[in-house]
Amino acid sequence: MSAAAVERIAHDYLEVRGLVVDFDGFHAVDGVDLTVTKGDLRFLIGPNGAGKTTIIDAITGLTKATGSAVFGVELLGMATHRIVRAGVGRTFQTASVIEDLTVLQNLDIAAGMRRRRLTLLRARKSTPPEVTAALETIGLAEHADKRAGTLAHGQKQWLEIGMLLVQDARLLLLDEPVAGMSAEERQQTGELLQHIAQTRTIVVVEHDMEFLRSFADSVTVLHQGKVIAEGSVAEVQADPKVIEVYLGPSETFAPAAERPPKERPKVTGPSRPVATAPEKFRPPRKITPPTGGADA
Amino acid sequence: MKLVWQSKWTLWAGLAVAVIAVVLAPLLLNDFRLALLAKYLCYAMVAVGIGLAWGQGGMLTLGQGLFFGLGGYIMAMHMKLADAKGGVPDFMSLYGTGEVPIWWEPFRSPGVTLVAIVAVPALAALILGWAVFTRGVRGAYFAILSQALVYAFALLLVNQQQTTGGTNGLNGFKGFFGLALSDPANKRMLYFIAAGVLVAMVIATRALMRSRFGELLIAVRDQENRVRFLGYDPAWTKVFAYVIAAVFAGIGGALFVPIVGIISPANVGVTPSILFLAGVVIGGRTTLLGPVLGTIGLRFVETQLSETYPAFWTYFQGALFILVICFLPQGMASIGTWLKWLRRRREVTA
Repeated sequence: MSAAAVERIAHDYLEVRGLVVDFDGFHAVDGVDLTVTKGDLRFLIGPNGAGKTTIIDAITGLTKATGSAVFGVELLGMATHRIVRAGVGRTFQTASVIEDLTVLQNLDIAAGMRRRRLTLLRARKSTPPEVTAALETIGLAEHADKRAGTLAHGQKQWLEIGMLLVQDARLLLLDEPVAGMSAEERQQTGELLQHIAQTRTIVVVEHDMEFLRSFADSVTVLHQGKVIAEGSVAEVQADPKVIEVYLGPSETFAPAAERPPKERPKVTGPSRPVATAPEKFRPPRKITPPTGGADA
Repeated sequence: MKLVWQSKWTLWAGLAVAVIAVVLAPLLLNDFRLALLAKYLCYAMVAVGIGLAWGQGGMLTLGQGLFFGLGGYIMAMHMKLADAKGGVPDFMSLYGTGEVPIWWEPFRSPGVTLVAIVAVPALAALILGWAVFTRGVRGAYFAILSQALVYAFALLLVNQQQTTGGTNGLNGFKGFFGLALSDPANKRMLYFIAAGVLVAMVIATRALMRSRFGELLIAVRDQENRVRFLGYDPAWTKVFAYVIAAVFAGIGGALFVPIVGIISPANVGVTPSILFLAGVVIGGRTTLLGPVLGTIGLRFVETQLSETYPAFWTYFQGALFILVICFLPQGMASIGTWLKWLRRRREVTA
């Protein structure tokens, strides 16, 4: 990486101030402040309807919002494709790769937004280096020529993350990236995100407490459109407001601070020693049978 | 879906077959049949464009008659003026003021005419596409809009009888860029021009489908909103494909005029616009050659059947449409895939 690129990335941070999303008088997001810096794998959690996805929608121009969201430039009010060109990328709860194209074609299109318009009229002669690199990173190199529609659910999510890498998104907003994944796929995804977070700014919306505990550097807790707590996993877990929102006042949160964020033991499989309480917080979600390469 | 246009080898094989077919046709067909075939080739040009815009880009272009008509009328105006040898076209003295309107004048020049045949439909599609696609109009709304536009266009032509020939349209041409249309040799040459232009369009479309633009177009068709998150404005991808389709339709219309000898609102209105689509549906809209073969085949059967059973043709066409949509939604081009699937299923059950 060139010195200029290092410099550029070192100064990347997302700064959201007073963000309000108004749905006909109902404030789905109600004055949210959020600062996320590079190298900080930030998780956004909260009960259903807390406004997590709406914040991402607002930052990426899908939903109208007031306030400010700055990532190098003010993002609110920009057209979605321009926000993307400013270095912001996102994924969706349901993997939305282009199913009729191959894995390689999906990545190649994602790499193409900075190409000059006229070069679009030419056929692809060779695989661009950033595409090859992303194929390796997301572990889909051997599936490059498969139609994206035939990939397993987890692989589609990885492809989406790969697309963000080749489009060189410096701010990645990931909406439930591990929903429907097997335990092993979750582990791989978490490690992948940690790896990416070293050079990019990442915000993950997640319901899965186990996943959060294993991989989050810091957590922002939302409730009814407002930020109610922010800090390390341990701090947030000890916060009485968070405990109240999640459990009601009488119960206690899962064992806190067992594992400081920077010393994560490498655990694999579903049987790692984590508290069982989080099961309660997981809302119902689409069950997709975990299939495909990652399990094999 | 990919079979027809994947490798270089199939390109050369396909080209060889096309050239042989084009050369053989004049030997096998009489002049009347050859002129009919040339007419089908003009329709096929429109179909190639629809295949690109609709099959690859997902834009249900129900109004290609507009661009076909623009190209056709521009060519017809030039031929009328050329026939009049600097004077006033015959119908204008009959119905109008006996003067050539100002907006006809530029088309006295063959050069301006040739440029306009490409530029006017392209510009119309550019403006229309920009207005429609940047506002996110798509699907059925786009189809209805394009249909309404072509209806308005035909109505305008009918109402301006003094300058457009009204319902009669423009006809009775004598020459085509200095060549007498009564000469069968010139008619044969028109056929070769049409065939050559069509082959060139198919090759150009093939290149587009294989390019990165082609991949992007499919992405826009299937996941328009997702493409925004890849940093592209999908509207311009669609506009480009729409403009290409319009240019192909315009050229088809322009060649239609000397070949058939008439252009009238009946050739460009709502019904012909839907019929342009019919061949594409039946042939297979997502394939390269499906629209071409579907259109030529359908028009051929149309002529055969309507000669023998004039009342029966419409029913047959309707039935064919229903059959294809029910059982072969990807058109005749998918018949191979369908048979393969059938065979595999038999093997599984056996």
